[in-house]
Formats: sequence, structure tokens, C-alpha cells
Amino acid sequence: MVATQEYKVIGTRPIRHDGLDKVTGRAIYGADVKLPDMLYGFVLRSPHAHARIRSIDTSAAEAMPGVVAVMTANDMPEAADELVDLGEGAINFSHASDHIMAMSKAKFKGHPVAAVAATSTNVAREAVAAIKVDWEVLKSAVTVDEALAPDAPVILDGWVGDDLGEKSTKPNVGSHFRHEFGDIEKGFADSTTIIEHRYDLAMVHQGYIEPHNGTAIWDQEDRVRLWTSTQGAFTVRTQLAGILQLDESRIKVTPTEIGGGFGGKIPIYVEPLAAILSKKSGGKPVRILMDRPEVFEATGPTPGGWVSVRLGVKDRKIIAGDADIRFDAGGFPGSPVGAAAMCVFSCYDIENTRIDGWDIIVNKPKTAAYRAPGSTHVAYAIECIIDEICEELDLDPIQFRLDNASKEGTRRGDGPIFPRIGNIETLEAARDSAHWNAPLDKNPGNGNVRGRGIANGYWFNVGLKSSVNLSVNTDGTVMLIEGSTDIGGTRASIAMQAAEVLGIRAEDIIPTVVDTDSVGYTDVTGGSRTTYATGFAAYKAAQNLIDELTARAATIWDIPEDEVVFEDGKFSSKSDPELSMTFKEIAGKLNETGGPVSSTGAVDLENAGGGFAVHICDLEIDPETGKTDVIRYTAVQDVGKAIHPSYVEGQMQGGAVQGIGWALNEEYFMSDDGQMVNSSYLDYRMPTSLDLPEIETVIVEVPNPIHPFGVRGVGEPPIVPPVAAIANAINDALGIRLREAPMNPGRILEALKEKNG
Amino acid sequence: MARVFIPFALRKMTGGATDVQIAGATLREVIDNLEEMFPGIKERLVQDDRIKVGMEAVVGEQPTREGLRAKVAEDAEVHFIPHIAGG
Repeated sequence: MVATQEYKVIGTRPIRHDGLDKVTGRAIYGADVKLPDMLYGFVLRSPHAHARIRSIDTSAAEAMPGVVAVMTANDMPEAADELVDLGEGAINFSHASDHIMAMSKAKFKGHPVAAVAATSTNVAREAVAAIKVDWEVLKSAVTVDEALAPDAPVILDGWVGDDLGEKSTKPNVGSHFRHEFGDIEKGFADSTTIIEHRYDLAMVHQGYIEPHNGTAIWDQEDRVRLWTSTQGAFTVRTQLAGILQLDESRIKVTPTEIGGGFGGKIPIYVEPLAAILSKKSGGKPVRILMDRPEVFEATGPTPGGWVSVRLGVKDRKIIAGDADIRFDAGGFPGSPVGAAAMCVFSCYDIENTRIDGWDIIVNKPKTAAYRAPGSTHVAYAIECIIDEICEELDLDPIQFRLDNASKEGTRRGDGPIFPRIGNIETLEAARDSAHWNAPLDKNPGNGNVRGRGIANGYWFNVGLKSSVNLSVNTDGTVMLIEGSTDIGGTRASIAMQAAEVLGIRAEDIIPTVVDTDSVGYTDVTGGSRTTYATGFAAYKAAQNLIDELTARAATIWDIPEDEVVFEDGKFSSKSDPELSMTFKEIAGKLNETGGPVSSTGAVDLENAGGGFAVHICDLEIDPETGKTDVIRYTAVQDVGKAIHPSYVEGQMQGGAVQGIGWALNEEYFMSDDGQMVNSSYLDYRMPTSLDLPEIETVIVEVPNPIHPFGVRGVGEPPIVPPVAAIANAINDALGIRLREAPMNPGRILEALKEKNG
Repeated sequence: MARVFIPFALRKMTGGATDVQIAGATLREVIDNLEEMFPGIKERLVQDDRIKVGMEAVVGEQPTREGLRAKVAEDAEVHFIPHIAGG
């Protein structure tokens, strides 16, 4: 199904408003912030994965010339030990405070234990090196299996997790929950084919280019000003208020441009430290900028762990599904296992399901969101098992998926019923795509072999809160003020929705992302929500602006308001054809007729139905070396309505590339004592444009019925299918099932050796 | 009456029932009536006059943004699911 509504602005491809600043280097990022008398902060981090702090001696650092302030956990305010809503997700401020600066023990390598502000970064680094910590090194556990073992160390002292409604007897269980619908035992008893396997994945990082940073002033009136790179300035404000024990109204957060986030720039890390160091420095601004190893070792990657799935099939229908999902949360509870459990069976209509989710505390960095958090993990398992069922029963992999596809009315694995979704249309578009119908020469003649794989994936589209202000300039342009960090072209996609309503060009809207004092509350750029929710706020603000201008036209023409209509970008009288003004013309008359006109729009939206992505991958493998090259890749996705198709395609391509890296190369390579040994981009290999072919895209448009233009979330679904699609392509090429990611050359060679004896 | 699905961890409180029919025009009334039927269950769902942090109430097809004030249709489904957090 393709959206058929005709638009003038929506669906076109104007140049993004921030494009010139970005390509000329004029855009201001966090590292560009420079303030008078600014100090430079640096953080002392634990060299151990698990160690108790017996004592810290900062005297030598404090005595060094150029050092202005030194802090430890003793300088952190006592934060509440309770869960607080963050809009997208929740936070325990006590855990967050302990995470930002270790109180009594380090729970992962890189855990901060002290910080210094000095007149230069070099002095700050030297001072940090002079701080003496007396450590009691403890046994560590870095995998879910190690952390659940009977002799596992207690990582988070005093923690008691919930285990199916009871207090867990295992110290490192963050939580264990279950969803169960239908009769799972009968479902499997009635099945004629049952396949079950466990799939393991390594911890991986989002890999954004720009490191975390924060520049803060905590002045003598207890007001904090912060400049930082974040996916959500208001969420930073909430976190900072809870950790610093200040009212939100005393904190102003200015979001700088962002060099990638993908979920990883929702939590805060150095920001409270910069603020506290500023306070201890008498209100001087303090900037802390992480380096790359700090980003890898001490920010929030996505979890490793494993997913075990069992499917039962009868008469080409999946009638039973059982999943056990275990994620490593890091040093504090809170992995995305809840979302993973909601996604694992979402592509299918299965009557009898059971899903167990385990959130496990381990001695690794506290995990954070990463683009469709948890869904890639579970898609790896279920989409490979679907492929295996098709292989065993000699079924077409797309037709089998179509025969079992979830649709409007299907009950999701966690219970709720799907509204209108585009799973079937996306599968049909993949089936009809040029790529799927192109022949693949499986033996190209160079000794290599080729294979093709396909996989489906699902992710939500949350709504939540957004605010937009509009004001009309007398030249007919409109200022658009918003609070949504622009990561993937949302200035354009939001401006275009306002322009469509106002009947003007996208270029005549001037969007600006502002600080938390200057616009209404807006949730994070995450959850695939920004074009949907902030776009909806812009739509409402534009409708309100039309109402204001309609009243102004009535004043100018001295006729009743209900005599004025706005159509096709023009205000006109219903009864007098001589009375007509374009948007630009009425804007030019504002000063003589009552002054400025502005409007606001604010929303708190329900989730939309979510999005489905089907990916097709062709790859070529050298059986001698195990090296894998992706030679053709197509991403098919239901986006509801593509407001700016180029940026939709960019999201689809970017998600696919990140998923390909996850599948083939990326992993936190951990030593036995919990040290990440590849914490640089030289050793943590992410794909570049030189490694991959052009990612082909097929946009499917099944309009979201609760959005005026039909928008669905776009950013997250494309990272869900790649790992499974590549695994299925490897099996097609070599006849081996790799059930551990990354599927790097070593694993391919090992599997070939095992297969060939 | 609404069809209220009981989270797995609370099914011990409902004698194993996976879902129950409960009257109520709003989510607040539905939960109050659920509490009458299964004493103690409300405090597992509600805290400080709102759905517990970390949990969402689905009324119909989607998590409600209106909290306990949410209108519940006569034949609606009500679910209590973990809060979704994306990237």
C-alpha cells in the first residue's frame, strides 16, 4: 500500500537548513564551547573491573600548580534511591550518582573515582595521575552466565532484584520477568516441527564520532548553566536536577550540535562532574571532554548476552514460540531486555507464546539504548530460526513470513494488540524488489562463494511530549523554535510539516533548536519519535498560526472572521473574490494591523503502531580466509509517510551499516579480568564507505492513522534485521549456521573446519 | 466490562488468572475494582496516584498518555507492560 495523498512540500527533498554550517565546519559542537576563564576537567577512572576503594588521597593533586578543584564521590549530593520517569525510560538517581562517581567500589573498568579541574587539560591529566587510590581488587563477572553462577561475586551491594514477583536469591539479577499467552505446552505438543537454538551476541558500542562532553557553570546563586552534546536537553535537565539535588528551574541546558548519539547520548556522564568542579572553583566554567577510550569503557554500549528461541510449526503455521532473553546490564540494572521481549515475536502472529527476560548485573559499563535497543539481538535468534524452518520444510522464506505475518489485530508477545501496521506490505515489497528477483551467481569463479539472506525486524514508534513555537516575520518567513536535537535531518522534516500547513516553502521556515529556558518541554530525540511527535507539534502550531492570521485578515478587510478562508496558501473572503492575500502578503501587513503574530503547538502523543524493516543481503566469502564482503544490500521499510525521502533513506542506510558492522566485526573484546582490550577505532573495527556497497532502499508507505501526514518512526527499525540477514546469507553461501556474533573470519573458519572435518 | 490482563508476576494474586473482566469507566475505577477483587494488587500497579514508574498502562491498543484518568471503553483491553525506551 502506498500513500496517495498529494502534498506540495511533504515528499520533496529540500536542502537541510543546517547543511551549510555542517559541511563548512561552522556548526558549534560541544568541544567548540569556550568561555572566559574556562577550566579543563579530567577524570580518574578505575583500572579494575571490580574493586573496593579503601581510600583516596588527593593531596598531591590539590597541591599542583594550576589545579583549581578536585572532587570525589564525597562531593556528590545524596540522591534519592527511587525510580524516576525520564519520558523515554526511567532513572534511579542513587544508581546514576554512584555510576557517575563511584561511592565505595568500582563496578567496571573506567568507573570514575575522582576528577580535577585545572588551567589546562595537561595539568588536569597530570593531577589525576597524582591521585592515589588504595584498591582491594575483587573477583569480577563479565558475562551473564558468570554473573548467574553460584560462586559469582556480589556486584551491586544491597541490591535485591525482582524474580517473577519474588525477591531474587541471586545477587546479580537486576530483574526476571515473563510474558505468557495461550497454552505454550499444548502449542509445542501439537507442533510437527520444532527448532530451538541459542544465539550469543557481544557487547557493542553505538560508535558515534563525537565524544561526550559538558561545559558547566555553577554560579554563586546556585544556578547551573550547561552546554552539552545530548539527544535531549530536557532529559539532561531532569537527570542533572536529580543528581545535583537542585530544582529544574535552576538549571539551563543548551544543546550543542550533536555528532551522533543513537541512544548513547540520553544518559549523562561528565556533566554533573563539570558542574560540581565549577562550584568548587568558585563558579568558573569547567569543560570536560572524553577521549575515545573513555567513551568505549565508561559510557553506555548495548548489552551482550544471549537469546534462546524455540518455535513450533504445524501446517506451515507457527503455533508456539518460547524465548529466553538474557542481557548483561553492566554495573547497574537497566538493560533493554524489556523492549527485546516486546519485539521478539512482533513480526509474527503466534497463538501460544512465552517470553522470559533477564536483566543481569555484570562488571562492564552500564548499558544504554542503541537504536531499537534489544530488537537486533532477538531478531538474530528468531529470524535465523525462521530461515532454518524454511530450509527444513523447503518453504519460500518470504512466503512463510507472509503466511505467519503479524497484522492489525495480532496480539504482540507482551499482550497488546497491534493497530494498523505495515508488516505485510513491507514483506510484499521485499518479495517484489529488484534485488530479491535478481539472480545470484553463487560460485563467481574466483574460489569465493556467495549467498543471499533475508530477515525481518520490528521496532516501536513512541510518541511522548514535544513543543514548537512559531513566529511570523514581515518578509513572509517563519521562525520555528523547537527543543528536539537534530540528529538525522529533523530540522528539515519538522519545518516541512509546518510549511505544508502554511502553504509556504520549506526554505521559508527557519528552524532553531534552543535551550531549556526557551521552549516548552520536549522529550528526547529517540524512540523514533521526533519527526512524528515534534512534527505533530509543528503541525498544531501551524494550524494555530493560521487561526491567528485568519483573524488578522478579517481585521484588515473589516469582515467577520468566519468570512475568511485559508486554502492553497491564500487567505480570501468567501463572498468577495477581490479580497485575497498570500501568506507573504499578510505577513507584510502585520506591523500596521496589530503587530506580531506567533503561535505554539504542544503534544503528548500515544505510540504509533511501529515500523517493520525487511533486509536482503548478498555477500561473498573467501573460504580460505573467512573474509566476508557484502556485495549487495537492500533495506525495505514501512515509514508511514516519508516527509523528506532523502533523510528517510539516510536513516535506512545508516541503520543497515551499523547492523552490518555488528554482524561481521564489532565487539567489546574483554580479557578474563574484565578489561576491554580494543578501546580505539583502530581495534574496534566499524565499517566505512570503503567496505560496503551502496545500500539500496525501498520506501513503503502505510500511513500511521493517528498522525495528520501518516508519519511513522524511521530511525530504529533498520538496525534490527542486518545481523540475522547476514547470518542467513552466510548459511546460504557455506551451509554453516553461525550462532555467535560477530561472525568474523575466525568464527567462519572454525565453523568450516568443524563442518569439513 | 474491560478485559484486564494480569502481568505474569502478579498472577499469584489472581489465583493464576491471566485476565479478568472488570467494570470501570476510567483506568482509576478499573484498578480500584481490581483491588476489591484481588486485595494488594493496586500497590503493585500504582504509586503516588500514577502508574508505577517503569510501567505503562495500555488501554485499547496503545499505552495511554492520560494516566489513571484514561477513559476505558466497554470492551477495551487493559495491559500493564514495561516502559519502552528507544535509542
